[in-house]
Amino acid sequence: MSIEVKGVNKNFGDFVALEDIDLHIPTGRLTALLGPSGGGKSTLLRIIAGLETADTGTVTIEGVEATHLPARKRNVGFVFQHYAAFKHMTVAKNVAFGLEIRKRPKAEVRKRVEELLELVHLSQFAHRLPSQLSGGQRQRMALARALAVEPNVLLLDEPFGALDAKVRKELRDWLRRLHDEVHVTTVLVTHDQEEALEVADQIVVINDGRVEQIGTPDELYDRPANDFVMSFLGPVTTLGGQLVRPHDIDLSDDDKVAGSVPGVITRMVRIGFEVRLHVRTDTDPDVHVTMTRTHARGLETGAKVWLVPTKGALTVPALDSPEPAAAG
Amino acid sequence: MLWFSLLVLIPLCAVVVTAAEGGWDTFWTTITNGQTAAAIRLTVTAAAVVTVVNVVVGPMIAWVLVRDRFWGKGALELLIDIPFALPTIVAGLVLLSLYGHDSPLGIDVANMPSSVYLAYLFVTLPFVVRMVQPVLEQLELDVEEAAASLGASRFTTFRRIILPSLTPAIAAGAALSFARGVSEYGSLVLLSGNLPFKTEVTSVRILSSVENNNLAGAAAVATVLLVISLLVIVLLDVLQRRVAVRD
Repeated sequence: MSIEVKGVNKNFGDFVALEDIDLHIPTGRLTALLGPSGGGKSTLLRIIAGLETADTGTVTIEGVEATHLPARKRNVGFVFQHYAAFKHMTVAKNVAFGLEIRKRPKAEVRKRVEELLELVHLSQFAHRLPSQLSGGQRQRMALARALAVEPNVLLLDEPFGALDAKVRKELRDWLRRLHDEVHVTTVLVTHDQEEALEVADQIVVINDGRVEQIGTPDELYDRPANDFVMSFLGPVTTLGGQLVRPHDIDLSDDDKVAGSVPGVITRMVRIGFEVRLHVRTDTDPDVHVTMTRTHARGLETGAKVWLVPTKGALTVPALDSPEPAAAG
Repeated sequence: MLWFSLLVLIPLCAVVVTAAEGGWDTFWTTITNGQTAAAIRLTVTAAAVVTVVNVVVGPMIAWVLVRDRFWGKGALELLIDIPFALPTIVAGLVLLSLYGHDSPLGIDVANMPSSVYLAYLFVTLPFVVRMVQPVLEQLELDVEEAAASLGASRFTTFRRIILPSLTPAIAAGAALSFARGVSEYGSLVLLSGNLPFKTEVTSVRILSSVENNNLAGAAAVATVLLVISLLVIVLLDVLQRRVAVRD
């Protein structure tokens, strides 16, 4: 009992959006589909929801073969990036919509709407119109609306993408707590690795229409399958032909450590508690190093230093490009 | 703002004042005169019927123009605007040659009441279409997808989600279309033949009153039209608010 995606392919004209996707999404867990924009993760979510049809392959939701079911018969809750609010209806009416078209008794609808508005902390806004709510409130309303019909699965397509950074963080926390209360199988699409790492039980990294890796946040961070996964899950830099995380580099003022690479500090930027260094070496492009302010004491631009990956730090051979697109 | 208000209000007041100059009796005799009453009846009925037709057909055309892709769509877009662009008397000539005694289509409605309906339909076609079209373009597809994922059928989505969003635009288009119908002159004057009690409309009646130097009579009829138009606009506005509140 879960979502099973088997052999799904999807092309838009010449563009390959999804290629041979096989995926198992466990019941009751929160799974994040993580990847860069245009990588196919939203398309996959829309195929699960029935808003898009796959060219080949099957989708099974909670044991029911759903490949050819229209969206309205799949019993999935879908939350859109731009809220998709019913603008002419009040918040309460928005939430009630799914129940009303199922012709549930009025008293039951009223009770359920009250419960849900309580759950998403919008009780006092029940009679407002969506246009009178903030972005975060609108998205909570959309979530309540999706949950109202007691869906088998809840699908969230970049739900916090249109919100500002602070609200996004709050809602992310709140979503995790909500999921712990409601336990509905949830799939969250996001391009924000921090969001995925913080919220999800399981992360599916999708790039160029293919699944790169599936695992828990820890597995992905500690044992990335390849350079793409590693560079997508956080900043990386190249040192001695290896990808390494900027905070996993040790600096010393002599060459005692075997294999250390000499360089000159060309730039120092302080961001709060963190100091970011750019070090020019002979072999690599500028190496990025981050450290706490305490560790950076005594360092200055122009100083000669030796760099080496911290003992036990994760390194991955830099295969494709000398400077991978670092995310985040 | 004030200047523009005056620009509109002064002529309106002038009409009412001119109508009042003749006194209540003149006013009443004028508008209860059989020929005038028949003209008013025809004008208002035709304008109302045509407006209803537009309310139904207009959104359909707008829907096709916004949502469907087909060969010749650009041409259709252009075609919709022709009644706007044509000087009404030219429209009248076109209608006369198409639906007159020498109709190449074999449809001869000249000197028949249906010619009035036909002319009204022709000149009011763009109003609802052009009011609804931009609103429909603005509608987000994900709203419809949200409704579908909540279990709504295409029909339910249309009735509960799309139609309420279009209602203000439809009402505004209907008001414009009715007002235009009531005031139409050029496009029907040739085809209808202006036969008293049969195909004569109020605008023609007003003109003949003026030609007969009966300014008070002309103003009286004009005042009646003014009141009817005002009523219809208020009615549509109220209707639109009702719909907005209900959902």
